[in-house]
Amino acid sequence: MALLEVKGISKNFGSTAVLKDISLELEKGGALAIIGSSGSGKTTLLRCLNFLETADTGEIRVNGETLWSAAGAGGRRESVIRKKRLHFGLVFQNFNLFPQYTALQNVMLAGELLAREQPDYRARRKDIHAALEQQARELLGQMGLLERAGHYPHQLSGGQQQRVAIARALALRPDILCFDEPTSALDPELTGEVLRVLRQLAANRTTMIIVTHEMAFAREAADEVLFMDGGVVVERGPAREVIDHPREERTRRFLSHYEA
Amino acid sequence: MQETLAIVGRLCGGFWLNCQLFGLTLLFAVPLGLVVALGSMARFAPLRGAVKTFVWVIRGTPLMLQVIVLYLGPGLMGLHNPWPSGSAGRLAAAVAAFVINYACYFSEIYRGGIEAVPRGQTEAGQVLGMTRTQIFFKVTLLQVIKRILPPMGNEVITLVKDTSLANTIANVEIIMTAREYGSRGLIWPLFSTALFFLAFVGALTLLLGWLEKRLDYFRC
Repeated sequence: MALLEVKGISKNFGSTAVLKDISLELEKGGALAIIGSSGSGKTTLLRCLNFLETADTGEIRVNGETLWSAAGAGGRRESVIRKKRLHFGLVFQNFNLFPQYTALQNVMLAGELLAREQPDYRARRKDIHAALEQQARELLGQMGLLERAGHYPHQLSGGQQQRVAIARALALRPDILCFDEPTSALDPELTGEVLRVLRQLAANRTTMIIVTHEMAFAREAADEVLFMDGGVVVERGPAREVIDHPREERTRRFLSHYEA
Repeated sequence: MQETLAIVGRLCGGFWLNCQLFGLTLLFAVPLGLVVALGSMARFAPLRGAVKTFVWVIRGTPLMLQVIVLYLGPGLMGLHNPWPSGSAGRLAAAVAAFVINYACYFSEIYRGGIEAVPRGQTEAGQVLGMTRTQIFFKVTLLQVIKRILPPMGNEVITLVKDTSLANTIANVEIIMTAREYGSRGLIWPLFSTALFFLAFVGALTLLLGWLEKRLDYFRC
């Protein structure tokens, strides 16, 4: 059984259909790259998975558990959705780090707030804090940012900020980590350091969905590529196949913009 | 010499009323302004409309008039007069009028500050499983405070000088005290009141500058 099953997701903004009956599965440890031009619905799909948008139809299942379905209207309250969100992590195009916190504090904040909900939090506060800090430092270390732990976001380059954001998302150990054009806001010379981290995560079998315009990266780092256009999935298959030998005319036309 | 000291003493006594009015107004208007701001951003349109109309009326009429209406209005309309008699009642009425007036001005500053925080900050908090309350207090609030500090500083400095409007309903504040001497031909006490306001505003300016510096460690 696939870790993630998405069935028949549709989303309209007013009279514009942004997503039309999208279905996809993702195996544990798989990396799926979603490509397509602006306005094809890629970002909206990620936002639906993270419940930043509510889809109009369809169903989202993780590990066989129905997290959301258009039929089950009961589970839409903020408190219910909040827990379900934690199955997913999301890394934004423009990082969205919290400016008043250091890199380390950015990575730790959500974990500390969640720990407060544990019944024995008061008694174990110091241990919990120490464990969270150690985990955060390890994650920053993985991102090559250990010596930047005490820096505030404005003291970091875009590439460093995005790597902190990735550590922040990883800290909650989501089942599926989503990336919404993680390098689109970066100068070309900073793109590489973020892609390097993504490749490393893929090599460690982190389950990921990456919306990206970096075709070379999608081709080598992702297991599968999904091409979206006009709110539908046009083509999906093994990464190299789709990018090197697309079957659909629309995919071919899209990819032709990236050659040379 | 003795008389000069006595006059300065009376001016200080008058200024104490200005200080009380200033402190009490801030104490209540700062939180009330947040309530008004949330009302003016409410998703429920009738509430939003009512709050915005109220803010328009309060910002659109003179504070002096509001002080008079609030103090004399209930009695003139034949309603129960809520104000105690004597100086306590006059101060209470002035405080109430000032709180309402300044809460409306503050609310617009708050609203601007809250709306200026990028949507992505809230979304980042949501995706990390935070509650709306946690996002407000742990993520948004400090960014809002940093943004609104300069315009709030302006309003607070205006408030210092507005407190003299309380003499409209016979609150014996510093200007009123000094004018009594003026009517008796002694003009320097009135001119010297400027020094009280200048000293107070000077101290406030230093405090505001210090606060801004304290929040200088991050950019947003």
